[in-house]
Amino acid sequence: MLGEGILKGMAETAKNFFGSYFSAERLTTVEYPEERIASYEAARVFPFLIFDSKNTADPADWEAGMRCVACQICEKECPPKCIYIDKSKDKKPDAVGKAQFYPSRFDIDISVCMSCQICVEVCPFEAIKMDTVYELSTDDRFGGLLLDRKQLAKSNEYYHRIHPTEAAEVDDRLSEGRAKTDAKMTAGAIAAAIRGAEVPAAAKATPKPVAEGAVADVVADAAAVTKTAERPTGAGN
Amino acid sequence: MHEYLDQIFVLLQHRLMDYLPAAWQPLCGVLLGVVAIVCLFPALFALTTVFERKGLARIQNRIGPNRVGPFGLLQPIADGIKSLTKEDIVPLSADAAVHFLAPVVLVVTVFMGFAVLPMGRNMVLVDMDAGLLFYFAMGASTELAVFMAGWSSRNKYSLMGAMRAVAQMISYEVVLLLSSVTVVMMTGSLSLTKIVEAQNHYSWGLPHWFIFTPWGCAGFVMYAIAATAETNRSPFDLPEGESELVAGYHTEYSGFKFALFFLGEYLAMFSISGLGTTLFLGGWSAPLASLNWIPSWLWFFSKLMMSIFVFIWMRGTLPRLRQDQLMNFAWKFVLPMCLLNLMVAALWRFLGDGWLRWVLCSAILVVAYAGMGLNELRRKQIGPRRYRYAE
Repeated sequence: MLGEGILKGMAETAKNFFGSYFSAERLTTVEYPEERIASYEAARVFPFLIFDSKNTADPADWEAGMRCVACQICEKECPPKCIYIDKSKDKKPDAVGKAQFYPSRFDIDISVCMSCQICVEVCPFEAIKMDTVYELSTDDRFGGLLLDRKQLAKSNEYYHRIHPTEAAEVDDRLSEGRAKTDAKMTAGAIAAAIRGAEVPAAAKATPKPVAEGAVADVVADAAAVTKTAERPTGAGN
Repeated sequence: MHEYLDQIFVLLQHRLMDYLPAAWQPLCGVLLGVVAIVCLFPALFALTTVFERKGLARIQNRIGPNRVGPFGLLQPIADGIKSLTKEDIVPLSADAAVHFLAPVVLVVTVFMGFAVLPMGRNMVLVDMDAGLLFYFAMGASTELAVFMAGWSSRNKYSLMGAMRAVAQMISYEVVLLLSSVTVVMMTGSLSLTKIVEAQNHYSWGLPHWFIFTPWGCAGFVMYAIAATAETNRSPFDLPEGESELVAGYHTEYSGFKFALFFLGEYLAMFSISGLGTTLFLGGWSAPLASLNWIPSWLWFFSKLMMSIFVFIWMRGTLPRLRQDQLMNFAWKFVLPMCLLNLMVAALWRFLGDGWLRWVLCSAILVVAYAGMGLNELRRKQIGPRRYRYAE
């Protein structure tokens, strides 16, 4: 019958109209500033820098606990080139007390950043991670969107809060590396033997939730392990 | 008491007029009525925009505007301030005078239509003997305004929108007139007050509205279709089809002139709903004899708002037609049905009282509708769209 479809359609819209007043699952709108959806663990927005507050005297001293050693790999790998790093001239003790270079300037221009997470994947020191803060609007579109070291530095506890699973894995990896370093320092074993033992360890540390980052992670993990392995010899000299 | 409430506006007008010298009274009385109409309907327009947005939102399972004022009810004020403070841009190559006049002409002609609508017992601004004719004359002039807007903008989208609007409005004007003529045939009068009075009597407590007769029901459906097309409402909103024409004939209008077009469109909707109410839904008469204690003007406006609700409901349901579908529908389906309805109305008139005319008239209309419908559907091959090359 002609016009049947119109009546069916009008019944459908009427159902929607009245249904939206009674059924909560129809009305899925979240009225944003007042109410918000809890952040997903896999959420990632812009990078931030991690500092370890445990080993330093003042837990809030972000500069002392900064993991970044200004190796500038992220700066070079960044596809849109939004990271600006100045390497320090002097060395300062890092989170575990080793003398290291540190970034005298570490700026990220988040108006340029495309949230690709490549900086996170290439970092051998687990120093840069993805943040979940998304309310970053500012009235200064140049200075306000260029985040400096102080704004970027956030504690490892914060990292555990936003990405618990990933942060736990990172901590395991770091402590494993440190344990190996310590063992090597105390035993004074032969470098070749240590290297041979560490290859399976690097392979074991690979499982990670993000699949496409896995390959880069392997490289980063291997680099991390070899770096931590080489550190004592560098420090010893 | 209810007599008093029913006539409250009329009495108020008389009371105010008593303060004036007798020579001024007719002119000032009319002016007061004009002011009332010019204030009331834009206010109704403001309310309708927010209700439309909320209604459409609910149809799409959204919330709709709810930020300005309680439940977003003050949204039209924010919109009004916004459109007043916006820059009024006139294209360099536009015909400035016509470009300026178009929205004014539109709103003025639309307002003229309200002059003859009886909005309650004794509540009509000008009780013309040929009120219906006057109404249609004014309704037809809105096409001029639309074409002025499209032509003077000197923009291809505006012009195409205006061409579409004129083609569509003229096509459906015929249907609109023919479906209303049945009412004139029955009442023998072009006066809208007489038409309402003809429907304002009851048997067994039920009203004698024209929609409750076979020819009236068919006429009302066709009137509603034509009214939707005449006011450029969805699904007949081709003149402002934003997917192909930016905004149609008012593409080159900004600021308050655009708001005037918007106002004109809604006022046209109110006035055509008001006319439909008057012709088929018994105007200001109550739907049951026992409900006569409710003021007549309240009935008129509640019927009007119900029609607006149906307009919004249809907009939330139906997709936009194509130009050829629109024209085919008007000339090949609705117009023949209208002509047939004239015959049926004549038959109804001359068969006299009795059950025979009910059966006969209903049967003719239903058979014609079903037959034409089936014929259309068979030729159309309606079904899922098949792509010849892009599979």
